[in-house]
Amino acid sequence: MEELKAELKGKIIEVLNLEDITVEDINDDDSLFGDGLGLDSIDALELIVLLDKGYGIKLSDPKQGKAIFESINTMADFISKNRTK
Amino acid sequence: MSVGVGVTGMGMVSAIGLSVAENLSSLATSRCGITRVDNFETRHRDNVLVGEIKLSNTALEERIGLIKGHGVTRTGMLGILAAREAVQQAGLLFTDPSVRTGLISSTSVGGMDVTEKYFYSYTQDPELQHYILSHDAGVSTQQIADDLGLKGTVTTISTACSSAANAIMLGARLIKSGRLDRVIVGGTDALSKFTLNGFNTLMILSDTYCKPFDQNRKGLNLGEAAAYLVLESDALIAKEQKPVLAYVAGYGNANDAFHQTASSENGEGAFLAMQKAFAVSELVASQIDYINAHGTATPNNDLSEGRALLRAFGNGVPTFSSTKAFTGHTLAAAAAIEAVYSILAIQEGMVFPNLNFETPMEEFELIPQADLLRRDVNYVLSNSFGFGGNCSTLIFGRY
Amino acid sequence: MKGKCFIQGIGAVTAQGVWSLDFFNQATEITQAKAYAQQPSYKELIAPNMIRRMSKGIKMGIFAAQQALDEAGVEDLDGVITGTGLGCLEDSEKFLKNILDNDEEFLTPTSFIQSTHNTVGAQIALRLGCKAYNFTYVNGAVSFESALLDSLQQLEAGDAQSVLVGGIDEISGHTFTLKQLIGEVKSDEVCETIRESETRGVNYGEGATFFVLRSSPTMESYAEVVDVCIQNRLELGELKEFIDGFLQRNKVERAAISAVVIGNTGDMGYDYYFDRFGRLFEDRSQLYYKHFYGHSDVASAFGMATAAYVLKTQEIPEEIVWKTGKQMPLNYVLLYNQYKGRDHSLVLLKRS
Repeated sequence: MEELKAELKGKIIEVLNLEDITVEDINDDDSLFGDGLGLDSIDALELIVLLDKGYGIKLSDPKQGKAIFESINTMADFISKNRTK
Repeated sequence: MSVGVGVTGMGMVSAIGLSVAENLSSLATSRCGITRVDNFETRHRDNVLVGEIKLSNTALEERIGLIKGHGVTRTGMLGILAAREAVQQAGLLFTDPSVRTGLISSTSVGGMDVTEKYFYSYTQDPELQHYILSHDAGVSTQQIADDLGLKGTVTTISTACSSAANAIMLGARLIKSGRLDRVIVGGTDALSKFTLNGFNTLMILSDTYCKPFDQNRKGLNLGEAAAYLVLESDALIAKEQKPVLAYVAGYGNANDAFHQTASSENGEGAFLAMQKAFAVSELVASQIDYINAHGTATPNNDLSEGRALLRAFGNGVPTFSSTKAFTGHTLAAAAAIEAVYSILAIQEGMVFPNLNFETPMEEFELIPQADLLRRDVNYVLSNSFGFGGNCSTLIFGRY
Repeated sequence: MKGKCFIQGIGAVTAQGVWSLDFFNQATEITQAKAYAQQPSYKELIAPNMIRRMSKGIKMGIFAAQQALDEAGVEDLDGVITGTGLGCLEDSEKFLKNILDNDEEFLTPTSFIQSTHNTVGAQIALRLGCKAYNFTYVNGAVSFESALLDSLQQLEAGDAQSVLVGGIDEISGHTFTLKQLIGEVKSDEVCETIRESETRGVNYGEGATFFVLRSSPTMESYAEVVDVCIQNRLELGELKEFIDGFLQRNKVERAAISAVVIGNTGDMGYDYYFDRFGRLFEDRSQLYYKHFYGHSDVASAFGMATAAYVLKTQEIPEEIVWKTGKQMPLNYVLLYNQYKGRDHSLVLLKRS
């Protein structure tokens, strides 16, 4: 699980081009959207593709992302339960 | 006293017809043009529906009379067909250089439909290379101007899905300022893998028939189309004794300045655009008989637009409908085909139905006109909104 | 009330760096086929959360726009009007390649969203919170002049008091390989200045040039934009009539033009239009600018900056002289541009 979380942080930084942010800067329970990392709805769509490409999980409704992408914890939890690769 | 701007010709091609008359017939009989994609291969074929014009590129070439090596992309070909019809109806000849004429077109994809086919093969296949320059958005406009034999003020606007509204607006202003006597205005966009995949990544494509202003709407159907209007100054119309189909009463453009793609929750940009259009037309909201809404059927647009309508019209929101369930969302061409529909509404005394509507949205009590309605229409307001917060409103009036 | 149109601020990002008052004596002539812009630091200007998605075209546009706004000291804008020939090419190409390379799978939205031609104008508005009129023109070599025409009309009609107008174009990989393939852009091996050029095609230069225009002048105004006119096609033989008609409409004699600014590129195929133009103004100073900016569909915006500079300073830097003319006070400057015999434009500036 810890490995997955670290991997996710790295991927998020890379995919969303978060300059000046390192893996260490993101805590597992930091909120990714809003006040936390400050991600927005376009980033949510990028993360949906990340789930598909990296873990074989397809979301059909972008609204599902809201709960899944709350924090690294919720993301890792969802991925470990639903991943197909 | 500002100069009036009359519409003396209209032409269009869309998924529901290859002429204005064919489009009217489809609108009046609730015949929608939404199908699977047939003209190009895509892995999304079974997941999306589109408003596609069922003419292959070869069929379009034949219809127009293009010869091999022409370099006209689908966007340009659709534009040529629509512009020819508009010019013919207005009876324009381009022989008198003292009549200052312009063409203001608009497109969002430009020649992308060709670029996406040959992007990599160009380097190996000299036979294809005459298409390379057709990629640029302005080229379709050049090709339309050349086809018409038009020399003058020619330019292209690209503000995503409000493009053609802005072309019509600029055309009207060029006449009002006295810079032009007449101008052909509108837009053209072909379906392409590029836009289909683009909207797919935004997860706003419906997997079924789009349902504007419905609680259970799932997104939009993309479409392709072209439409042009001929605008002429009052003075020229009087001189040439031409029949006038309608006049351009008002227009306004504003920016939502909220988000790169999404509309603000309270529809600020849309509200401002409508306010500006009222100011230009010197009309008050209660004089509008029909609103041809942008109504793309995405969750975000219809909510934001609905709220803007409530702000602009209060409790008196007039009869409104979105015609996108007929044609799909035709991007840069959308405002042009909807301008034609708005003028047809005035001419024919018809409000065209908002197809597929079943359940009112829970956020407000706005119910679109779901069936064809016959009534007098004197003023129509047409909204078009695009990426980048670009919001435009046009008002057409009975002449 | 009828307004006029005055240039109050200029900003640019170019192959020579950013706009400054000693731009010309610091500039070096472009000899490479593709002249990339020298990118300034954007961090001070654009929030980290926005900058991370932006292609260079957007960043250059924002920088140049802000530079013009700062100089003009204008905060309330009634319009943001941009021109671009090729649009946000980097993002378009990126999204297209993703479609082709991944067979329509695993595509992400950012590059698609930003491939839209009005992205730069939209991002400027978003950053400034500017809800005003926002248009983007995409018509080859008159993309900027179309935006200028729109601005001028709005100021003249009194619909606007201040407008931000500019042009942006960027270089990207494969599209430029294709442009070189068909000879639009010189090949990488050719190393010629405009004056030395013996080949077809252009040295292409990316960049952004913006202006703040206002309906009333101040002591700091660069110049007045008297009029602009665009024409899709023009035979060589029609050029004189085109120019004279334009000047007549503005009640200015050809003899009153103190200097001309031409958009010659060194393309042996089409520069004869500029030669013909030059012959109509034989004893006047002929100035050029694409040797510093490179050619692009919106390079002529930089041409207008050049003309504005000359009118304001009443000096012609020798670096921009194509042909020397007789010494005279600089009152009217006429700009002419065309590309490959199409999309002709005239812009008339007046000392303010």
